[in-house]
Amino acid sequence: MEQTNSQLKNQDTKSHEWDTRLHHATKATHEDWIGRGISYFCIGIIILVVASMLWFITSKGIATFTQNHVSLWKFLSGTNWAPDQGQIGALPMILGSFAVTFAAAIVATPFALGTAIFMTEISPNRGRKFLQPVIELLVGIPSVVYGFIGLAVIVPFMRHVVGGSGFGIISATFVLFVMVLPTITSMTVDSLRAVPRFYKEASLALGATRWQTVSRVILRSATSGILTAIIFGMARAFGEALAVQMVIGNAAIMPKNLISPASTLTSQLTTGIGDTIDGTLPNNALWSLALILLLMSLFFNALVRFIAKRGQLKHER
Amino acid sequence: MLKQYSFEETAVQTFDDKTSLAMRTEDMQVFYGSNHAMFDANLAFPKNQITALIGASGSGKSTYLRSLNRMNDGIATVTGKIWYHGVNINEPGVNIYEIRRHIGMVFQRPNPFAKSIRENIVYALRANGVKKKAELEERIEQSLKGAALWDEVKDSLDKSALSLSGGQQQRLCIARSIAMAPDVLLLDEPCSALDPISTVKVEETLLELQKKYSIIIVTHNMQQASRISSQCAFFHLGHIMEYAPTGTMFSNPQIPVTQDYIAGSFG
Amino acid sequence: MNAKRTDFIATVVIDLIVASVVGILFFLLAYILTAGLPHVSWSFLTGATDAFSGAGGIGVQLFNSFYLLVLTMLISVPISLGAGIYLAEYAKDNWRTSLIRSAIEVLSSLPSVVVGLFGFLLFVVKFKIGFSVISGSIALTFFNLPLLTRNIEESLSAVSRSQREAGLSLGLSKWKTELGIILPVALPGIVTGIVLSAGRVFGEAAALIYTAGQSAPVTNFADWNPMDPASPLNPFRPAETLAVHIWKVNTEGLASNAAALSAAASAVLIIAVLLFNLGARLLGNYLYRRVTASK
Repeated sequence: MEQTNSQLKNQDTKSHEWDTRLHHATKATHEDWIGRGISYFCIGIIILVVASMLWFITSKGIATFTQNHVSLWKFLSGTNWAPDQGQIGALPMILGSFAVTFAAAIVATPFALGTAIFMTEISPNRGRKFLQPVIELLVGIPSVVYGFIGLAVIVPFMRHVVGGSGFGIISATFVLFVMVLPTITSMTVDSLRAVPRFYKEASLALGATRWQTVSRVILRSATSGILTAIIFGMARAFGEALAVQMVIGNAAIMPKNLISPASTLTSQLTTGIGDTIDGTLPNNALWSLALILLLMSLFFNALVRFIAKRGQLKHER
Repeated sequence: MLKQYSFEETAVQTFDDKTSLAMRTEDMQVFYGSNHAMFDANLAFPKNQITALIGASGSGKSTYLRSLNRMNDGIATVTGKIWYHGVNINEPGVNIYEIRRHIGMVFQRPNPFAKSIRENIVYALRANGVKKKAELEERIEQSLKGAALWDEVKDSLDKSALSLSGGQQQRLCIARSIAMAPDVLLLDEPCSALDPISTVKVEETLLELQKKYSIIIVTHNMQQASRISSQCAFFHLGHIMEYAPTGTMFSNPQIPVTQDYIAGSFG
Repeated sequence: MNAKRTDFIATVVIDLIVASVVGILFFLLAYILTAGLPHVSWSFLTGATDAFSGAGGIGVQLFNSFYLLVLTMLISVPISLGAGIYLAEYAKDNWRTSLIRSAIEVLSSLPSVVVGLFGFLLFVVKFKIGFSVISGSIALTFFNLPLLTRNIEESLSAVSRSQREAGLSLGLSKWKTELGIILPVALPGIVTGIVLSAGRVFGEAAALIYTAGQSAPVTNFADWNPMDPASPLNPFRPAETLAVHIWKVNTEGLASNAAALSAAASAVLIIAVLLFNLGARLLGNYLYRRVTASK
């Protein structure tokens, strides 16, 4: 008896009561299951939305080629868009989209860079107090309002200055310029702010002027961030529908110049999709335009990642 | 340059009477990814005493402490056994929430909730099913008295806990833990962010609390360890080198590494 | 000397650029408000639209905009909250999480017209619900989810780890810690994000043209039974919003005073969006003070 007692003492006293208490599921355990369930469910919804969006638009978009047997090459290079007559050359819209996108980015970038440099290097104080809200307001203005102002101000102005209808690529460029400006500016500001302070101080200490420091040190080390900003701006321009549709004139013809009516993928989609019947060639052809938009958006996304990765590598070296 | 000490030469006391222990670990290892941070930790903690874990920063004492109530879950991999009331609580089937109710923890920086003083104490109690108003009031008063904070805050229980001073916040965190009626209290350098006066108050509180709770405290302040603890364990680079009653440890350390640390050669 | 000269010229050029950017904003606001506000009257804000020409008041459209906004928020806030908690608390750092993050990024970068077309395909073509409030608000939800989720995740992750540890060390479940401890602290950021996204949703048109539709059937504002076809609350009726109305009047409208009408509608839209922005700031600051300061 004495023997067993001291042996017991040397074992950890196994208590049945504690064994069950520490293994038993409690309210907290159930809460965690429920919480896990709810949050997994919510993230699941988002994944489902993205997956079905990609799936539906892709399957609709390729119907032109699989069901209507239009050749992909003809679709991409054809210049004649008359779907009800079986002519579906999408090149005018593709060119139109790229033209307005690049033009807007080219016009907006110097303005965005200048504003961003002002906000970070020249007058950070006024930048934060005054320009930050200006940029935020420009982001906040809905695109239909931009379209309306384009229609009410820019189109008549163009008509007056260069003649013609006033609708066209150049009007669309102006509208998109204002729309992508805040996007590019605010992202550029972020990347300029991320440049280590001692870069700037070292350069100024060597006797460089402010502009030399900005152009040779700061802009250079923020290059990948600025490129990312421009691509985000281009993605916004490429996908913008209503503001462009309101001022470009919506003529599905090869753009001959910058001041005659043209059309983009988005403008053709917004004007056309309601007037066509599901499953017919004209309808499928429009979905193919939507597919191009989707693919381009994925492409811009991939490009941003690629640049971010390369930027990282460069910093590690 | 840090001297090399043999990890083979250790002096760790053991306890024959396991019933007198609050908890103990057996061959505990901790890994952060592939980084082995804690080696073969065998320590036993007597009930109703204060045990201090000392050692230089990076010696693994906080890592060890956080493993005891499974706060390292999801951060590090902990192997080996942790015995608590005869149950190995380092097993998959164990209810970690229940463990943490019984093994409370106070952190290095005071981390009261952004709620009123009252809510800080009552929130977790309510979540655990204590609903009666009278009982909640009683627990508030008892725990705040236990943490020696009652007299300072009893008239302002509805004030935000963030308006308290650092020392008061830390005692509120202690009160919050003991309100759950744990039986082990883990403290991870509770005074490192506090001024000397608050430190004295917290130490007095702990000395009082050991009558009811078993306390394990990490500290890098040797004076503090000698002031309040009964047992003391010395950690070095993830190994437990020496474990002895505090008086013995400071007056007569057994092995070179402890001697050097206590003499202030490194740390 | 030369470097100094370049520096001077660059500074002048940059100042000019900034002046023109500010000028553009002021021109936009001034134009909209001066062209639009004179036409804004009580009868314009509450009156009915002539279905054929698009002339007349914007009462129904204004109501539709708010109704869609409320429905959209009711659907998207809980989902984003769950998804944000998933990303902030449960997601491990592995390939699955990065795939999920990429999916959210893709969704946020899709043009809103594509989102709208998907909604059209799903609700109008496949499920045959037709142009309706419900189709529109679900399309807007798709458009809103990624930004809101990211905002909520960021706000939750910004709360100090030590708050999470405090909750967990008391034996609270992860879920309870997140909802009861972390969420209240993150609330100012989350509310600001929600109100800002409300502004975006309020002004969105491209996602709605083919989901909520381009017509605003005359509704009976005395009938608040959501099941009645004429009730303004009926979720299955087509609902042209204010933003869609502006687009429609400008592109297809036959109203003789289309310009004045759309200027007025634009002014109302802009003021609403400005109020949302302002509200987001004020509400965020107010909540921030409440969470941090002593009562």
